[in-house]
Amino acid sequence: MSAAAGIKSIREAYGKALVQLGQINPNVVVLDADLSKSTMTRIFAQEFPKRFFDMGLAEQNLMSVAAGLAASGKIPFASTFAVFATGRAFDQLRVSIAQPGLNVKIVATHGGITVGEDGASHHAIEDLALACALPGFTVIVPADAPEAEQAVVMAAQTSGPFYIRLARPSTSVIHGPGYRFHLGQAEELRSGGDATIIALGLMVVPALEAAVSLEAEGIRCRVLNMATLKPLDTEAVVRAARETGAIVTAEEHLQHGGLGSAVAQATAQACPVPMGFVAIRDVYTKSGKAEELLRSRGLTARDIAGAVRAVVARKGR
Amino acid sequence: MPGKDPLLHSSVSLPEASAITSAGASSASREWVQGLSQTAKRLRRHIVTMLAEAGSGHPGGSLSAVDILTALYFRIMRHNPRQPRWPDRDRFILSKGHAAPALYAALAEAGYFPVEELRMLRRLGSPLQGHTDMTATPGVEMSSGSLGQGLSFGLGVALAARLDGKDYRVYVLLGDGECDEGQVWEATMAASHLRMDNIAAIVDRNQLQLDGWTRDIMSLEPLAEKWRAFGWHCLEVDGHDVEAVVSALEASRQVKGKPTVIIAHTIKGKGVSFMENNVDFHGRSPNAQELAKALEELS
Ligand SMILES: Cc1ncc(C[n+]2csc(CCOP(=O)(O)OP(=O)(O)O)c2C)c(N)n1
Ligand SMILES: [Mg+2]
Repeated sequence: MSAAAGIKSIREAYGKALVQLGQINPNVVVLDADLSKSTMTRIFAQEFPKRFFDMGLAEQNLMSVAAGLAASGKIPFASTFAVFATGRAFDQLRVSIAQPGLNVKIVATHGGITVGEDGASHHAIEDLALACALPGFTVIVPADAPEAEQAVVMAAQTSGPFYIRLARPSTSVIHGPGYRFHLGQAEELRSGGDATIIALGLMVVPALEAAVSLEAEGIRCRVLNMATLKPLDTEAVVRAARETGAIVTAEEHLQHGGLGSAVAQATAQACPVPMGFVAIRDVYTKSGKAEELLRSRGLTARDIAGAVRAVVARKGR
Repeated sequence: MPGKDPLLHSSVSLPEASAITSAGASSASREWVQGLSQTAKRLRRHIVTMLAEAGSGHPGGSLSAVDILTALYFRIMRHNPRQPRWPDRDRFILSKGHAAPALYAALAEAGYFPVEELRMLRRLGSPLQGHTDMTATPGVEMSSGSLGQGLSFGLGVALAARLDGKDYRVYVLLGDGECDEGQVWEATMAASHLRMDNIAAIVDRNQLQLDGWTRDIMSLEPLAEKWRAFGWHCLEVDGHDVEAVVSALEASRQVKGKPTVIIAHTIKGKGVSFMENNVDFHGRSPNAQELAKALEELS
C-alpha cells in the first residue's frame, strides 16, 4: 500500500480523466442525463462542447443513443446516477448495449447509500447485481480518485461494455502516484495468513482499518481491493481461501448479487471456507448522513472486524 | 431489375463507382415503379414462405412494411451488399425488430446473402435470428426485439455521422403500436433539439398492435400533430404506393434543420387477403395450406 495523500473527489477525477481522454482520442464522446454538474461530466463538456450531449432527463434514450454512437465507431461515456443508469434503463443496457456487445462505457456516480440524505430512491444498492447480470459487461468499483481515473482510461482502451460505479463522497486516497490499475486483478493491499478481507469501493478503507485493529489482537488479515468485480479475479479469491482459510467480503450493496455472491460462488467451486458478508441486508435505507447510514447498515470497520473474528472462530471446525 | 447481377440494381451504388448517387425524383418512370412492385411481391413471397418454414414469427407487421423496405433498399439508400460495413453507407434501422423477416427478405434480394438462406429463419445456428441481431446478420444495423429503442439508436448513429462530417443518412422504421413506448418520445424530442436532419423516421401505421386496434388499445391520434409538436417535419403517405413512399423519402432529404417523419398508412398483413387487418396474424405463422393460398395470391 502506497502512502495515503489526503481526501479527494472520485467524481472530479472522472471528469478530469475524461478531458485527458478527449485530448488523446477524438472518438471519445460523453453523454449525460441532466446531471452533468453532479457526475462532473461538465468538466468534459466545457472542454469539448461538440462532443458532449446532454440528453436531458431521459435515461433510456441516453443509453440507446450511446449504443448507436458506439456502433458507429465512437467511444461513448454515458453518465447519470447509479440508480437511474441501471434501474431506469436496464432493458436498454440489455438489448441496445449488452446483447450486441457494444463499446459503451457507463460511468454511474452516486453509487451505494453514501448518497445519504436523498433517501431510498437515490440509494443504489442493486446496481452491481444488475450490471453483473449482463453477459459481457465489465464491472468496476474504484476505491479512490487515482484508481477511478485509471479505470476510466483503461475502459476507453478496452473494447466492450463497461459499468463503472463511482461514489458520491470524497474519499481517502490510498493509492500513490505510482499506482497502476490492472483490469481484472485483485490488488493485495495488506498481507496476512489468518483471514482475507475482500472489499471494493468505499469499503476498502474500513477494510484496511479493520485489518489494523485485528492485528493488535493477533489476527493477521490479507486485504484485497477487488476493484474489478466482473470478471472476478477468481484466482486471487481461491488463493486467499487456500492460504488464509476464511474470507469476509465488504461492499456498499445488497448482500445478494454483488461482491459477496461472486466470491462465494468462486470459493464454493474450488475451495469452500467459512465466509462472512458485510453488506446491506434485504432492506431499503432511509435518509441520513452517509456515515450514519453506513453505521446503521453495519458497514464500518468495526463490523468488518466482527465478521472476521466470527469466520476465524469457524475455521477448522 | 436491370441487368443480370442483382448487385447492379440502380439503387445499389458501389463505393468504387464514380457516381455514388441514388436515383432522383426526376427519373420517375413507370418502369422503375413496376420493377419495385415486382421486388415487393418477391419479398412478400419470401416472407410467408420463410415464416411457414420456421413455424413461428410475425407475418402481419412484416408484410405491412414491405413496400417501405423496397423503396429504401432498391431505390433510396446508398449501400453496397458486398461491403455491409462500408462506412459511408446509408443506415436502415429496424426498430420494430419482429418484422425481421421483411428485412431479411430485402437484404437477401439485394444480395447481402443468398436467398436460399432465408429458410434458415429462427433455426439453431442460423444467422437469421427471430428478432434482428446485428452481430449475426450481414446488413443488420441494430439488435432489436425490445420495442422503443431504435429511434434512439438511430439518433446515436446520426450523431456519429455529424461528428465525422459524413453525409450518410439514417432511416428508422417504427411500428405504430411501438409509439406507445415513452422512449420513442424521448428520442423524438432529442432529435429535434439537436436539429438532426440526417435522420428520418417512418411509422408503419397499420392501425394494429398485438392486442388489437391501436384506437382501442392506446389511442395515438392525432399522431402527425404529435410528431409536429415535437419539432419534426411530418409527411403522410400511402405506405403501399411505393412511388409515393419513394417521393416522401426523397423529400425528407431536402428538409434542413429538423428531422422528418413519414407516417406510412399501411395494412397489416398486406398482400394476403386472410392476413390483412387480421390481428391473429400479428404473431402467428401460416400453416402449409395457408402458405399455398398466400403464394397463390402473391403470384
Ligand atoms: C418493449 C416490448 N414490449 C412488448 C413487446 C411484445 N410485442 C411484440 S410486437 C408488439 C406489438 C407491436 O405493434 P406495432 O408496433 O404496431 O407493430 P406492427 O403492427 O408493425 O407489427 C408487442 C406488444 C416487445 N417486443 N417489446
Ligand atoms: Mg402496428
